[in-house]
Amino acid sequence: MFDKQEIALIAEAKKEWEESVLAKSLAKAPESKEVFRTGSGDVINRLYTPEDIKDVDYKSEIGFPGQYPFTRGYQPTMYRGRNWTMRMYAGFATAEESNERYKYLVEQGSTGLSVAFDLPTQIGYDSDHPLSEGEVGKVGVAIDSLADMEILFNGIPLDKVSTSMTINAPASVLLAMYIAVAEKQGVTPDKLRGTIQNDVLKEYIARGTYIFPTEPSMRLITNIFEYCTKNVPQWNTISISGYHIREAGSTAAQEVGFTLADGIAYVEAAIKAGLNVDDFAPRLSFFFNAHLDVLEEVAKYRAARRLWAKIMKERFGAKKEKSMMLKFHTQTAGCTLTAQQPNNNIIRVAMQTLAAVMGGTQSLHTNSRDEALALPTTESVTIALRTQQIVAYESGVTRTVDPLAGSYYVEAKTKQIEEEAMAYIKKIDELGGATRAIDLGYIQQEISDSAYKYQMEIESGERIVVGVNKFQVEEEPPKGLLRVDPSVGEMQKKKIQDVKAKRNNAAVTEKLEALRKACEGTENVMPFILDAVREYATLGEICGVMREVFGEYEQSVLL
Amino acid sequence: MEKPIRVLVAKPGLDGHDRGAKLIARALRDAGMEVIYTGLRQSPEQIVAAAIQEDVDVIGMSILSGAHNHLLPKVVELLKAQGADDILVFGGGVIPEDDIPGLKAQGIAEVFTPGTTTTETIEFIKNNVKRH
Amino acid sequence: MSELIEKLLAGDKRAVARAITAIENYEDETEAIIKEIHKYTGNAHVIGITGPPGAGKSTLTDKIVKNLIAKGKKVGIIAVDPTSPYSGGSILGDRIRMQDLALEPNVFIRSMGTRGYLGGLSKATHNAVKVLDASGVDYIFIETVGVGQSEVDIVKTADTVLMVMVPGLGDDIQSIKAGVMEIGDIFVVNKADLFGAPRTATEINMMLDLNQNMKRRPPVLLATAGKNEGIDELVDELEKHREYLNETGELTERRLNNTRMEVIELIESELRKIVINHTEEEGRMKKCVEDILAKSTDIYTVRDEFLKSIRG
Repeated sequence: MFDKQEIALIAEAKKEWEESVLAKSLAKAPESKEVFRTGSGDVINRLYTPEDIKDVDYKSEIGFPGQYPFTRGYQPTMYRGRNWTMRMYAGFATAEESNERYKYLVEQGSTGLSVAFDLPTQIGYDSDHPLSEGEVGKVGVAIDSLADMEILFNGIPLDKVSTSMTINAPASVLLAMYIAVAEKQGVTPDKLRGTIQNDVLKEYIARGTYIFPTEPSMRLITNIFEYCTKNVPQWNTISISGYHIREAGSTAAQEVGFTLADGIAYVEAAIKAGLNVDDFAPRLSFFFNAHLDVLEEVAKYRAARRLWAKIMKERFGAKKEKSMMLKFHTQTAGCTLTAQQPNNNIIRVAMQTLAAVMGGTQSLHTNSRDEALALPTTESVTIALRTQQIVAYESGVTRTVDPLAGSYYVEAKTKQIEEEAMAYIKKIDELGGATRAIDLGYIQQEISDSAYKYQMEIESGERIVVGVNKFQVEEEPPKGLLRVDPSVGEMQKKKIQDVKAKRNNAAVTEKLEALRKACEGTENVMPFILDAVREYATLGEICGVMREVFGEYEQSVLL
Repeated sequence: MEKPIRVLVAKPGLDGHDRGAKLIARALRDAGMEVIYTGLRQSPEQIVAAAIQEDVDVIGMSILSGAHNHLLPKVVELLKAQGADDILVFGGGVIPEDDIPGLKAQGIAEVFTPGTTTTETIEFIKNNVKRH
Repeated sequence: MSELIEKLLAGDKRAVARAITAIENYEDETEAIIKEIHKYTGNAHVIGITGPPGAGKSTLTDKIVKNLIAKGKKVGIIAVDPTSPYSGGSILGDRIRMQDLALEPNVFIRSMGTRGYLGGLSKATHNAVKVLDASGVDYIFIETVGVGQSEVDIVKTADTVLMVMVPGLGDDIQSIKAGVMEIGDIFVVNKADLFGAPRTATEINMMLDLNQNMKRRPPVLLATAGKNEGIDELVDELEKHREYLNETGELTERRLNNTRMEVIELIESELRKIVINHTEEEGRMKKCVEDILAKSTDIYTVRDEFLKSIRG
């Protein structure tokens, strides 16, 4: 960024400063630690100067927002145009209760919905399956059939809101249900906006709600890409997620490296399935974590944008700029919330919000203070949403684009994360790609090692967590936590019985048979799933057919 | 040579977050214990069958989905039915304080909530293992 | 006969588990157990499964066992994983890939750490095999990672040794010690859907053809355990090998040889104890060693003196 001569002069001046001013200061008062580290454990220098970014070319590496390689943002005006989407992840118990929460959030100024499903739904079991016992409605809403989905979005115009659904292995089924509900509202699929997570690779790596083996999973995903390109063009067909990789304990660079490696696997699968990269790539989206080290996180988002743009352009030969843009949703890091002194979490979330916003996120979910204890109460959710609004309207960080660009440290860190992430991608390529690296347990092992190191640092006191290993106080157990009514399971079972009694069972059988044939063949399965959904076939029935044809994934664990 | 403590570390239910379970498995190994790790999506029946065959001294279960009140006591109940209730059973995860007395009354020896160090867990096992 | 033994012989899983724990930890109890169950052993087909890490041994075992129990067979599995030399602890994770088998009434799975046994690991696993055998199972699988000599020692005493290979783990085939190749009775290239599987099979075949003095040329099979492909063929080969062992009398020969080795090892280990007790008594050894270093005597003279005094 600077010419050689100037760098030399700066280096000389720095040396002088070190020998005089700094040396004197250190002699009087040494620093508190010998080595300082970032949140991810990388060594961080005392001071960064132009010398640290002398190899970063402004025009080709940093550039301008809305322009390749998108380091400074995917859009030219960023939050001066409009704020990010404040998208609060919510859902619990029955569709009725979740529907109320969504309406409340919309009234409070939330601009996008984000649906959390319970574990049986995420793993493709109906609420009356034996393994669902005790889990129904616990971590999200229970959806068994189109009937539940109709209630969930009752009174919410689907052509007006954008809806994000955290659903992976059975994403095709839930998307089909969403399309079917919209049909009943008179909304055509081309008007629908939103995202399905649909990222099964990170389920194998870190989150655990997989169903099918790798191959059929990749087929389902590419089927969705193809179907949406033609029929639901405004839909984000996948949210390639680093969030859970980070939650599982990875470093910032691992989060970028492993997530983009997953992204590469999806793009390769889609190209192999005969799709044109520029047809589906613009609808790919990403999902990252916002951890505590604000500056490192900002550098992480910038590095991810730059690296993805280069991968799409150079590796996959994408022509459209939209195919190269990495747009992403962010969630504040759940793993940094403490059960101790839960109000402190409000401050943590505020800093993480700053990081996500200064890093240029497109949408954000802020965690609530009580989530290390239970599902959040309405009051806690409101504070979390207010946190975003305060950053948006009061903090001032939104008033200029990419405000931390040009910081010697942030630029140096951006470059470092990009290089580290690229090294992981290279290693994964050598192993045969992300699916193979997962099969071998390589990615899981790397994350597990980082997580163990992090925990040991907390236990040794090297890493301070306020309220946990420093500044502790005696506390009363928290009161007023949200409880899910344990009778939800019974209510859902009853609803399934009602649906099965009322629907045309002969039509259901017929549609499920057609789906089975499609699964056994090579056709796109989406239209068949949609047909079955319209007849009120349950999620468990549909996934059951696919389980029979595709088999189930077997976990690979190395410890 | 001294008999190492054998511990079954399991993830009951459908919850897929195994960071805590893996951490504890590693920490127990590093404390010299033999850890049998059974992976995700274990039913109480599977956990108890594994515990019996592996003849473990301790069962540790990590659960973050909120299904603890259903799943943890079920394991203790099944152990009792097999006459294996001398196995020390503990749980960990996102478990509200209010639920802990009830779980303890049903035979869960201890419940570790977020922020517990692995050292505390190791000490707990060493001090409370019944058969060994 | 003790209650434990009675239950064990009746196939009670709890009793089997308890007996294996005793065998792993307490020498006196082991002796008592083995003496009682000895006459009930020798009926099961013992199969050793080994191969490099990541070859998919547990998944393969899982599928073979499912195939066998579908035919009404009873199966015992011993999965051996390494113990950390630093802490003495271990993580035994083979059950993860055999989750469905946990509740099978006709399956018993036991994980064992290699612990610090000095050459005694094979003793512990062999005795555990005897317990399973006496409990009435038809098949016993011993699964180990084929990296160290001690693991090879465990499986090589099995009736049938199944070597699991996998394509794409570099140039393993070349680097696998000849000793490991020699103990395989059946070779299987798992994950055969991966690129390079036929080549790996060809390489194994070539290596096997180099060895001319084999009594029986081991077959090389392809399988994809994850997709349950090639399992029927594998089970057929296991049966064929068992028939071969019976018909040729090699089973008897192998078992005679293994038993001889076992007895020798037991005697060796007892003798070693006698020798150590005797030489360490009253600091005799320390003095002798000092004398050897001071050149007033030599190692052979000291040996003869000790032997003389032990024989008394």
